[in-house]
Amino acid sequence: MTRHLKYLVPLVVFGVMVWFLGRGLYLNPREVPSPLVDKPAPVFSVADLHRPELQFASEQMKGKVWVLNVWASWCRACRDEHPLFVELGRKNIVPIVGLNYKDQRGDALAWLNKLGDPYVASAYDVDGRVGMDYGVYGVPETYVIDKQGIIRYKHIGPVTAESLQTKVVALVKELQG
Amino acid sequence: MKCPQGMKYSQGMRRLLACLMLLSAASASPLLPAKEATPMAADPVLEKRVMALAYELRCLVCQNQSLGDSHSDFAIDLRSEMREQMKQGKDDDQVVDFMVQRYGDFIRFRPPVKSTTFLLWFGPLILLLIGAAALFINLKLRKRTVKTMPLSDEERKRAESLLGDK
Repeated sequence: MTRHLKYLVPLVVFGVMVWFLGRGLYLNPREVPSPLVDKPAPVFSVADLHRPELQFASEQMKGKVWVLNVWASWCRACRDEHPLFVELGRKNIVPIVGLNYKDQRGDALAWLNKLGDPYVASAYDVDGRVGMDYGVYGVPETYVIDKQGIIRYKHIGPVTAESLQTKVVALVKELQG
Repeated sequence: MKCPQGMKYSQGMRRLLACLMLLSAASASPLLPAKEATPMAADPVLEKRVMALAYELRCLVCQNQSLGDSHSDFAIDLRSEMREQMKQGKDDDQVVDFMVQRYGDFIRFRPPVKSTTFLLWFGPLILLLIGAAALFINLKLRKRTVKTMPLSDEERKRAESLLGDK
């Protein structure tokens, strides 16, 4: 028995180490768990991107399930995910609000003109204050906010067709009841 | 700037080094985009406080750097936010709380001890204890298995001759 143990113990230890290290390879260090999930979404009111004289207030979305997509024209990955939001916007499943993060108004408007504007409203977060309250540290980021104004899901980085469908749309439908 | 040429080694090398440093400093500064110039607080005491705390916080964009080290927009924004809050009279704990509320415990290089961070804090110690226990048990077992074997006369003689002990 002890003779077997001599070989078994290192083997088991080795196996555990391989499992830990191997698992580490498949974890994304950028996906930091957000402390804001299941907390009330920070309330904000900033200038509207299209009409600077108007304000967009997050209160306007109260009572609705909505999606907040943080983007910027300087952000390469936003361009990659944008067609998916254009498509989602066309389906009219859920109102999508765009938060234009630390951008130039002209660049942002040109970007939307060229690539399509799926947003029911676009908030212009020129100094990144709103982004800071939402814990944004890399655009794009996408939030699902429920009728009570609670953040139910946060996606960091560009969404894929699959993650948009299985996470965002599925959750939206569940929340809409 | 002109560098002296044809220098002899020891002194020459030193001059060359100094020259290179000056060159790199001179060429780097005007090329830096205006963005990188960190807005400094006029008050050096405040600035010291900001930087001391910034080194305790992780830059989430470049995760192996602290907010104090990083030149990313993210770090610059958060440093100026910290500066603002400290100017308003908030203490260090309040500033850290502000960050943790938004970015989570991950932003702290020294996260608080909780059920989720228990392994992080005590894992190495637990591993050390397991290793020490294994070593201890192993030594105990060995003592039991190793028997002292007295030397036979012949072996003793041979040992003495080898050791040159006559």
